[in-house]
Amino acid sequence: MLRGLRLSQPFLQRSSVPVNSFNRLRVVNHVKSGISHRCKSTEKVLAYPGEKSVFDDKLEFHSTKEILPTYRIMNEDGIIINSEEDPKLDRDTVVKMYRHMVSLNAMDNVLYDVQRQGRISFYMTNYGEEATHLGSAAALKPEDTIFAQYREAGVFLWRGFSLDDFMNQCQSNSLDYGKGRQMPVHYGSRRLNIQTISSPLATQIPQATGSAYAQKMTKSGNCTVCYFGEGAASEGDFHAAINFAATLETPSIFFCRNNRWAISTPSTEQYRGDGIAGRGVSYGLKTIRVDGNDIFAVYNATKAARKIAVEDNQPVMIEAMTYRVSHHSTSDDSTRYRTLSEIEQWKIKHDPVKRLYNYLLSKGWWSEEMETTSRTEARKEVLSALKRAEAQKKPSPDECFNDVYDELTPQLIQQRQEMREHVKKYPQNYPIDQHLV
Amino acid sequence: MPSVIIDNIEAVPGLIQRLYTISERHLLDGILSSIDNSVMRTKRQLITIYKLVALISENLLCRQTVKRPPIKIQGQRRAFSITSPLNQELRPPTEKDEELSVDALGRPTKKTNLYTAINQAMDIALATDPKALLFGEDVAFGGVFRCSTGLREKHGADRVFNTPLCEQGIAGFAIGVAAQGHTAIAEIQFADYIFPAFDQIVNEAAKYRYRSGNQFDVGGLTFRAPYGAVGHGGLYHSQSPEAYFCHTPGLKVVVPRSPVQAKGLLLASIRDPNPVIFLEPKWLYRSSIEEVPIEDYEIPLGEAEVIRNGEHVTIVGWGAQLLVLEQAIQMAEEKLGITCELIDMKTLLPLDIDTVVKSVKKTGKLLISHEAPKTGGLAGEIACAVQERAFLHLEAPIKRVTGYDTPFPLVFERFYFPDALKNYEAIKELIEY
Ligand SMILES: Cc1ncc(C[n+]2csc(CCOP(=O)(O)OP(=O)(O)O)c2C)c(N)n1
Ligand SMILES: [Mg+2]
Repeated sequence: MLRGLRLSQPFLQRSSVPVNSFNRLRVVNHVKSGISHRCKSTEKVLAYPGEKSVFDDKLEFHSTKEILPTYRIMNEDGIIINSEEDPKLDRDTVVKMYRHMVSLNAMDNVLYDVQRQGRISFYMTNYGEEATHLGSAAALKPEDTIFAQYREAGVFLWRGFSLDDFMNQCQSNSLDYGKGRQMPVHYGSRRLNIQTISSPLATQIPQATGSAYAQKMTKSGNCTVCYFGEGAASEGDFHAAINFAATLETPSIFFCRNNRWAISTPSTEQYRGDGIAGRGVSYGLKTIRVDGNDIFAVYNATKAARKIAVEDNQPVMIEAMTYRVSHHSTSDDSTRYRTLSEIEQWKIKHDPVKRLYNYLLSKGWWSEEMETTSRTEARKEVLSALKRAEAQKKPSPDECFNDVYDELTPQLIQQRQEMREHVKKYPQNYPIDQHLV
Repeated sequence: MPSVIIDNIEAVPGLIQRLYTISERHLLDGILSSIDNSVMRTKRQLITIYKLVALISENLLCRQTVKRPPIKIQGQRRAFSITSPLNQELRPPTEKDEELSVDALGRPTKKTNLYTAINQAMDIALATDPKALLFGEDVAFGGVFRCSTGLREKHGADRVFNTPLCEQGIAGFAIGVAAQGHTAIAEIQFADYIFPAFDQIVNEAAKYRYRSGNQFDVGGLTFRAPYGAVGHGGLYHSQSPEAYFCHTPGLKVVVPRSPVQAKGLLLASIRDPNPVIFLEPKWLYRSSIEEVPIEDYEIPLGEAEVIRNGEHVTIVGWGAQLLVLEQAIQMAEEKLGITCELIDMKTLLPLDIDTVVKSVKKTGKLLISHEAPKTGGLAGEIACAVQERAFLHLEAPIKRVTGYDTPFPLVFERFYFPDALKNYEAIKELIEY
């Protein structure tokens, strides 16, 4: 066994990373393997890249012994259960978080219905996961780059993506930054440092690792945050991404929204072992599992993760445990594969919005009256933004050909010409009046 | 040697017909000499004459070519509706659809939509082959397009199951299943998401037999994936990736156009001893309804089908595009007074070029249409293969009506799409050439 190797010489010594002491919050590193006293070999330790393994003469197959705990500081009723962990955010910040939750809900309510009426082609709501969005986004710096999946509208809101921006994208109108080319909810904003969303799952995760490496090279002092679902984490890209991040020591935060479902597939059919957090640990990432419906736990975890990423150039994994209260999308009816009572339970008992609402009430920063007016206001704002977006024309059909490359190829120029001539010949057969010329 | 001087293109068909019936070689020579003498005025006329002469020399000219009715072009534009001579109806199902009837072969049939036809094929495959397995993302509850509805309940959770969300895993797993002699029916949720599996499909499945000297094969493997436009799919729910796979020796690529075809072709694909990529036109899943035989039947792979006979233009397509082509043909036949021959390729790898060549030799004109972008698309391959074998029969450059060389754009879909009008225009240009 491993004859010829000089076992006493480690191939690579793991660099020791300064212990993070942010608010006593525990970011779990490798679970230490049990050390045996029956070791009889002259060499006691097998030095191997990464970890030291002690020789053991007991035949034993190991499996996950200890499930990583879930970090939580605020309970279901919005009561801080450990005041030492309270991030003690000021009134304005917390109210802003809450107001964004309200806006997010209003937008989801309106756009879901609008899709049902056939006024937009598709939509995905964010219900139940609001705290993962706002808690994490609030802990980042605007300069940090974000790679998202598609169910992170709250992150966009926090960064400053306006309701008009959302509506323009969902309406595929000429003000949409993506020029109407992608389906609704595929937002992106250069100004806000959020890369444009792409439907193929998990592709953004290794991209985020590369982005973080580039940030490290330029000593930007920023990190890249990557959001993804627990379903997407089954893709090969996820594994490549975190392995690259670990070995290349990138300032990355991998933020998994574990909402229990990937369309109809429950997380029990998605993975075994200790979930996504377990993978973070096993790939050598500092890892934490948090209650994703506790906005302050998410905030603290992300803030600490950012510190590790930026100060130590180490990637961090956050697994936020939450629940997809919504149907997967407007194309889905989730009662086909899960019980109403399951949904209801999460909606009523674990609602992250209600939790923050209770917290605000207990602080005296919010009232039932403010609740009613803010909800009405939010709906109004969404509706008027929608109206403005609907009044806008769609982009010029010429935009079909732009941006495939930095400039048009001869083929594209010819095809554009063919299209123009054809449409000119049959103007009634194409929706030209809906588009800019 | 008597010499014939041709100075008028209109005289050619009559002359050819005469030549054909009397087979007088000296007249042919006369035509050739007239060409040499450059009596014909334009280069195009010369080419036409030259080709006709070549046809006669090969004794391949059929009377129809000469006896074509004069071509009239009517100026009026008219609205056209979606009715399909493919015997498909585009409408939601009704109660009457439950009734049984009998098809031309005496087989009992039932009105069935495309996803149900696929469901039936898989049901039969699972029932007749105890080694068959069906899996993919969200397959257990019936699949996002409902294709596997009820199959888990019927055939067991160990035979019809969800996989984790990982296409390369699905493909590699399927290859392993097939390498053990089992039958793997693997669903990729959208053809747009097949690319993580590309390595497994192209480097592994396709080369498994070859690299092992036929010791091993993964013939029991079929990948099913919905492909193509739906009207609102945008970049990643609309693609037609057939050409990537048609560039891969060792695979077969199959695309059905209708419920009857889908059931027969899928059963043939599952049972074919080679790995098959089976692309399902998601646009037609619900909307296309046909009388589908209830029984187990197969439609052979590797055979194209002439689904409409005609004389003036050969039109080639596959899958959902055939419905678009039917519309274009209806317009062309009404307005131009011509007839078109429509060919469904069905299997895109290997291509049944014989069927297309045979038709092109009759019509002299060819149009190929697909949704995928033009450059590197399969139309180019078909065009080249046809001209290799029928160059002298061609009376006009082969036309392609395809998607543009751009990603599939949501808001420009109507402009991007190779629709009936664009195909009609192409037919018209071919006829007027
Ligand atoms: C590569 C790829 N495969 C399949 C899909 C289809 N698809 C879209 S969302 C989804 C489920 C994703 O679940 P998860 O990552 O948990 O995110 P959630 O929807 O729960 O937020 C699937 C299978 C896709 N978009 N991309
Ligand atoms: Mg999920």
